Amino acid sequence: MITMTEPRPAVMTTAPTLDEAIAFIWAEADMLDRLDYKAWLSLWTDEGRYIIPTERSVDDYDDRLNVVNDDAEMRAARVKRLLSGFSMSSAPPARTVRTVSRFVPQAGDDGALTLRAAQILAEYKYERMRILAADIDYRIVCGAEGLKIDRKIVTLVNCDDFLHGIGYLL
Amino acid sequence: MSSTDLAELVRDDRALTPLYTDADIFDEEMDRIFKNTWVWVAHSSDVATANTFKTSHVGREPVIVTRDKDGKIHTLLNRCRHRAASVCEKRRGKASVFVCPYHGWSYDPNGRLRKVPHKAGYPEDFDTEEFGLVTLRTEEYNGLIFATFRPDIEPLAEFLGPARKWIDLFMKQGGGYPVKVLGEHRFRFPGNWKIQLENTTDAYHFPIVHKTFLDSLDAEAENVFDVLGQGGWVEDLGNGHSVMVMIPDLIDLDDNLDAPIPQRFEALAKELANEGYSDDQVRKVVRAVGGTGFNLNLFPNVACSMAFFRVLRPVEVDETEITHVAIGMDGGPAAANRMRLRLHEHFQGPMGFGTPDDAEGWERVQRGARAGHDQWIMLNRGVSAPEGRAEPGHNAGDVSAETGMRAAYQMWKRMMTA
Repeated sequence: MITMTEPRPAVMTTAPTLDEAIAFIWAEADMLDRLDYKAWLSLWTDEGRYIIPTERSVDDYDDRLNVVNDDAEMRAARVKRLLSGFSMSSAPPARTVRTVSRFVPQAGDDGALTLRAAQILAEYKYERMRILAADIDYRIVCGAEGLKIDRKIVTLVNCDDFLHGIGYLL
Repeated sequence: MSSTDLAELVRDDRALTPLYTDADIFDEEMDRIFKNTWVWVAHSSDVATANTFKTSHVGREPVIVTRDKDGKIHTLLNRCRHRAASVCEKRRGKASVFVCPYHGWSYDPNGRLRKVPHKAGYPEDFDTEEFGLVTLRTEEYNGLIFATFRPDIEPLAEFLGPARKWIDLFMKQGGGYPVKVLGEHRFRFPGNWKIQLENTTDAYHFPIVHKTFLDSLDAEAENVFDVLGQGGWVEDLGNGHSVMVMIPDLIDLDDNLDAPIPQRFEALAKELANEGYSDDQVRKVVRAVGGTGFNLNLFPNVACSMAFFRVLRPVEVDETEITHVAIGMDGGPAAANRMRLRLHEHFQGPMGFGTPDDAEGWERVQRGARAGHDQWIMLNRGVSAPEGRAEPGHNAGDVSAETGMRAAYQMWKRMMTA
């Protein structure tokens, strides 16, 4: 559980190239569709933040209500819950197929590549298909163990309107 | 459907399945219930200052809740009096005028028609006073704003009756500050609105549906949320309202301020102390930060649920929109409000550790109700303690009793057959 915002230590690494980051993001998307959540946890930096906001064009997430605002501890708790078999919305979850594309590198800082992308995800459960579209902002760093996600902000196109229960990871 | 037919659908301890599935009954409900009682539309902090607004609904009808320049709150049908276009499509904001985008009729926040472009085309006796936005009767109790289509029903305070005491207790989670809306989660589920109405007064499901939430808490907090094991109860408060007390220790947040600070709030207490808050203030804020220990269900569309407002909006017979309104302390410590936001995100919302499982459960009810239209929805748990609270030595009226649901369905029956 995150209770407060602490200053983040600077990450001193070499920035990945755009091609490396895209291959990494596709591998992450594949992992999520396959529910390989334990492996997914290891893709993150220790300080990494996974955020799904309820408003668009926000820059301060900690003082606002989000759908998800996870640090490492909450991510681990979330994955434990989703894989536990005791959550009826995720045992089984909707099946998902997602693509990530329209990558645009942003002005990066030292040791990191910041980019935005589009994600289109189809979910299927109970005779029903739903489409979830989102802009995603990534901050990808390159450390000793390879590429890591340092920030992932999934802004659904309808994040400020009604959603539905989501029993998987975006 | 005649009143006699409708009356036969609800007995003292059960309701017939078409209450979830029949579109004609749903239409009747929208008329007989939602156009005939007080319906929650906003919290006062949604329209905190002059010329602010929030869009909302009364039953199926879109409304704008406004505060005019004199501070008075209005509920206006969101439809131009000319040819019906909606005059506001924002969720909330500030506006000193609402201009219809179609032909430019403009309205004051109190609904008055201000100006009609090219007025010369209308008869000389065209009276703008007659063409203000349709205004609903609006009243407020302790920050909760309700509206009604009925000018002649009892005042809001009377409608709430004994629920007022619980509203006052609920608002103590401001920790000495006024309660303020911090944000909203909205989601829909493919099911009837009464499935959600039932759920807010259903402690029975909690340890089963929310096992994964409980597993994510520290041991001390997990004990606090052992809602069936703390001597709680459910009370029928009249007019379809009920209260379900799950954690008796957290009924009155002004009590037990000397108790040890729970482990999960220790860091917050330390931070507040470091910021210079007195020990008394720290204890008051920390005791309030997690919310109360009860759910107050107000018929037909809102609940003060532990630490948030839960609002339901019927969309179709098998489609309901829920808003979980996160609340905090207006002017209170930023760290405490941040903690409230994180606690809210932990359980509530489309990806919380609780809500998706609730929503899935409600959908499963609707799916199951496709079968057996002649079957009863059973509401008879704890029926041998009809007053709600059981006599000593009798466990029928405990917190898991379906007393609150029976109260709501009896109000349903009263209104549907009136």
